[in-house]
Amino acid sequence: MLSRKGRGDKSGDSQVSFAGEKFRFSDWFAERFIKTVAFMSIAFVALIFIFVFREAFPVFRMDVKQKIGSVDLVQEKYGEEEVTPATANPVSGSAIKVSKPSSTLLSNIWMPVSDNPRYGLIPLFFGTLKVTIIALLFAAPIAILAAIYTSMFAKPWIREIIKPAIELLAGFPSVVIGFFALMVLATVFQDIFGYASRLNSFVGGFAMSLAAIPVIYTITEDALTAVPKTYIEASLGLGASRRQTAFNVVLPAAVPGIFAAVILGLGRIFGETMIALMATGNAALTSINPFESVRTLSATIGAEMAEVVFGDTHYSVLFLIGSLLFIFTFALNAISEFYFKNLVIRKYQSKK
Amino acid sequence: MENLKVRAKNLSLFYGDNPALKNISLDIPEKRVSALIGPSGCGKSTFLRTLNRMNDLIDNVRIEGEVLVDGINIYDRNIDVVNLRKKIGMIFQKSNPFAKSVYDNIAFGPRINGITKKSQLDEIVEYSLRQAAIWDEVKGRLHNSALSLSGGQQQRLCIARTLAVNPEIILMDEPASALDPISTSKIEELIHELKQKYTIVIVTHNMQQAARTSDYTAFFYIGELVEVNRTEIIFSNPSKKQTEDYISGRFG
Amino acid sequence: MNRNRKDIIIESLTGISVLLIIFIIISILAITIKGGWPNLSWKFLIEFPKDGMTKGGIFPAIVGTALMTLIMTIAAVPFGVITAVYLAEYAKENSVFAKTIRFAVKTLAVVPSIIFGLFGLGFFIGFIGQNMDKIFNGGVLKWGQPSILWASLTMALLTLPVVIVSVEEAIRTIPVEMREASLALGATKWQTIRRVVLPGSLTGILTGTILAISRGAGEVAPILFTGAAYYLSDLPHSLSDQFMSLGYHIYIMSTQSSNVDATLPIQFATTLVLLLLTFSLNAIAVILRYRIRKKAK
Repeated sequence: MLSRKGRGDKSGDSQVSFAGEKFRFSDWFAERFIKTVAFMSIAFVALIFIFVFREAFPVFRMDVKQKIGSVDLVQEKYGEEEVTPATANPVSGSAIKVSKPSSTLLSNIWMPVSDNPRYGLIPLFFGTLKVTIIALLFAAPIAILAAIYTSMFAKPWIREIIKPAIELLAGFPSVVIGFFALMVLATVFQDIFGYASRLNSFVGGFAMSLAAIPVIYTITEDALTAVPKTYIEASLGLGASRRQTAFNVVLPAAVPGIFAAVILGLGRIFGETMIALMATGNAALTSINPFESVRTLSATIGAEMAEVVFGDTHYSVLFLIGSLLFIFTFALNAISEFYFKNLVIRKYQSKK
Repeated sequence: MENLKVRAKNLSLFYGDNPALKNISLDIPEKRVSALIGPSGCGKSTFLRTLNRMNDLIDNVRIEGEVLVDGINIYDRNIDVVNLRKKIGMIFQKSNPFAKSVYDNIAFGPRINGITKKSQLDEIVEYSLRQAAIWDEVKGRLHNSALSLSGGQQQRLCIARTLAVNPEIILMDEPASALDPISTSKIEELIHELKQKYTIVIVTHNMQQAARTSDYTAFFYIGELVEVNRTEIIFSNPSKKQTEDYISGRFG
Repeated sequence: MNRNRKDIIIESLTGISVLLIIFIIISILAITIKGGWPNLSWKFLIEFPKDGMTKGGIFPAIVGTALMTLIMTIAAVPFGVITAVYLAEYAKENSVFAKTIRFAVKTLAVVPSIIFGLFGLGFFIGFIGQNMDKIFNGGVLKWGQPSILWASLTMALLTLPVVIVSVEEAIRTIPVEMREASLALGATKWQTIRRVVLPGSLTGILTGTILAISRGAGEVAPILFTGAAYYLSDLPHSLSDQFMSLGYHIYIMSTQSSNVDATLPIQFATTLVLLLLTFSLNAIAVILRYRIRKKAK
C-alpha cells in the first residue's frame, strides 16, 4: 500500500472546510454569462420587432405631413423624385414629394413603381389568403392522415422509414421545392387542367403544402403519441378494434394538438417566400379562380426589396408588409403556444 | 464512548406539504459502519441524501431541524455545499461511472481540485484503486472506457473515485443491490477495510448485509426512526415490535 | 356496419396519404437527378459562370454558400449551445424568465424567413453598418450595404433555434446520475457542466450544427437583400464583400434570366448540388439524432 502521506496535494487536505461559503469566480461568472447569452434570444425578438416596425413607421408619418402639406396633384411633377435616395430624412422630403402612401394602402391596386404609385395591400392580402387556403387544403388532410397512419396503423419498421423520410422532406430547401413547382408541377398541372396562366395560386399552393406537410405531420404525430396508453388499452380491452380505437378514442383526445399543428402549418405557408416567388405568377390579381396568378405579401417583399431605394416610401411600405406578416405569425405562434398547449395538458392531467 | 461524527437533530423533510422524514434524531459514530434499514419508501435513502445535501437538487423540498457534521450544522445559511460534498462522498445504488476512461474517472475529483501534474494524478489514481481493491483488475486497462468494466467493478471504481477526493465520510445508497453475490461480498469486504479510515453510512434493504457489515443499525419506518442500536442488539434483541417484525421478515 | 365501412375507407386514406408523400419526395429527387446529373461534372463544380451565365460552372456559388454557412456557424453555434445549457441546466421550469426565453426561441423558429431578411436590412445594414461607416470609415460606404457578413449574421439568427433545440434535447438525455456523481465528488455546477454535461452532449451539438448548416445553405429569402449577388467575377475577399449562393443562383437563373430554357441544364445541376448537399447533411443529422435517442433509452 502506498502511504497516504507524501501525497501533499490539495485533495489530500482533509481539512476542507465547509463552514463559510466560498466565492468561486468561474461559477459566478459562468452563471451570469450563460444567463446573459440566453437573454439575448428575447432581445433578438424584441430587436426584430423594433427594427422591422421602425422602418415601416415612416409610411404613416409621410401621410401626416402630406395632409398638412399640399394636394395630390403635385404627384406628376415630382414623380421622378421617387427614385432619388432619401436616406437622410425621408420625412422632410415627403412634404413636397406627396406620395400619399397610407391613403392608397386600402386600395385595390398594387402598383408601387409608376408615376402615380399606389400601394393597395388588398390584392396582396387576397392573394396570400387564397394561396394559403389552397395549400392548407392539401397539407392539412394529407399530413394529419399520414400522422394517423404512422402512429396507429403502421408496423414499427414502416414507421422507421416514414418518420426519417418526412424529416428529410422538411430539410428540402424551399427554393428547391419552388424550382420543382416551376419546372415540373406547373407543366403537369397545366396538362391536366388545361388552364391559361402556367404559374398560378393552385401550383403555388400545392408546392407550399409540401413545405407545410412536415410541420403539420410532426406536431400531429407528437400529439397522437402523447395520448396516454391507458386510453388505448381501455378501449381495446372493451373489445373495440384498433381502427375504432384510433378514430373514436385517440383522435378526439389529440384534437387540440392537431389544431396547434395546423396553426403552425398555416404560419409556415403564410410566410413562405421563395415558393410564392417562383410558382404563383406574382400578378396582383383578385380573382377567385384558383388557376389565376396571385402575388403574396412575402413574395412582394422578396421581389421588390432589392430594387427599392433605401428609406423611400416603397421601402417603408414593404417593411409595413413585413410588420403585418410578423404580427400575424407571432400571434399564430402565441395562440398555438399558450392556448392549445394548455388545453392539451389540462385535458390529460384531469383525466389521469 | 464513540466519537460522534454526524448528528441529526429533530430533522424533518417535506416534499411540498408531504412529510418524508419526521423528526429524526440520529448519531453516527466516527470510523464505524452505520446501516440504515427499513422497507422501501421508509425514508432511509432520503435521510442519507440529507447528509450531503443531495436533496438540494430537487425542487420543492423543505427541511427542518439540523444535521451537525463535526459540530457544524450543514443547513446553516453560509455553508459551502461544494466543500461539504468533498468531505462527504457518496456511492449510488446504480453505479454511475462517467463515460470516460478508468483513469479519467478517478482523476475527475483531483482535477476539479486543480491538480494537473501527471505524476501526482498517477499516484492518486493508483492509491485510490488499490484502496478500493480493484487495482489488480484494472491496472492493465486504465485507459479503457470505464463502461467496459463489469457491474461489480464499476461500483468499486465509483468507490475508488470517491476515495480520490479524500473524504471523511462515505454515504452508500444500497451499493450492492444491483450486483451478483460475488461482487456483493467484495463490496462488503471493502466496506470492512474502509471503516479503518472512514465513517460509513450504508442504506440497505438486505438485512444480512446490514448484520454482516455494520456496527450500528437504525430501523426506519414510514419516515420515522423507530430504533437504533448496536447491530448485534438490533438483530438479537430489538426493543420495538415493529423492528422485530421487520427483521424476522414479517413485513417489508 | 355503415360506420365500420367509413372507418375502413379513412384507414386506407391514411395509408394513401403516406404513399403520396413518399411519392412526392421520390419524384423531386428523381426529377432533379435526371435533369441535373448529365450536366454535373467536376468542371461544373470548379468553374466560374461564363458567357453571361449561360455556360460554365457554379464555383463561386459553392464557395459563397460555404463561406456564408461557416460565418453563420461561428456565430450561431456558441450562442445556441449556451442558451441550451441555460434552458436545460440553470432555468427553473416555472420561472417567468425561462418561459419567456422559450417563447422567444419558438418565435424565432416560426417567424417567416423573409422577416429575417428585413431585419438584416434594417438592423445590420441600416443601423449597425451605417453607423460603423460613420464612426470608423468617415462616412464612406463600406459596411452600410449588403455583404457576406450581414447575410451570415442574419442567417445565424434564423438557425439559432435549430441549434438550441437539438442541443437542449441532447443535454436532457444525459442521466441525472451523471450530474449527481459529479456533484457528489464536490464539483461545482459549472465544473459539472463543463466536464460532464457538455462532453456528453457533443453528438447533440454536432447534430444541431449540421442541421443549422443544412438549413442555412438552403435558405434564400433572408439573403435576398442582405448580401447575395446575382453575378460576381471574383470570390469574396473580405467580410464586406457580396457573395454568390447556390439557392439564390437557382432562383435567379430560373426566374430572372433572359433565356431560361437555354440554361435549364445549369439550373437542374445547381439544384441537384444544393439538394445533395442539404439532403446528405440532413441524413447525417437524422442518423445522429436517432442514435442519441436510442442511447437515452
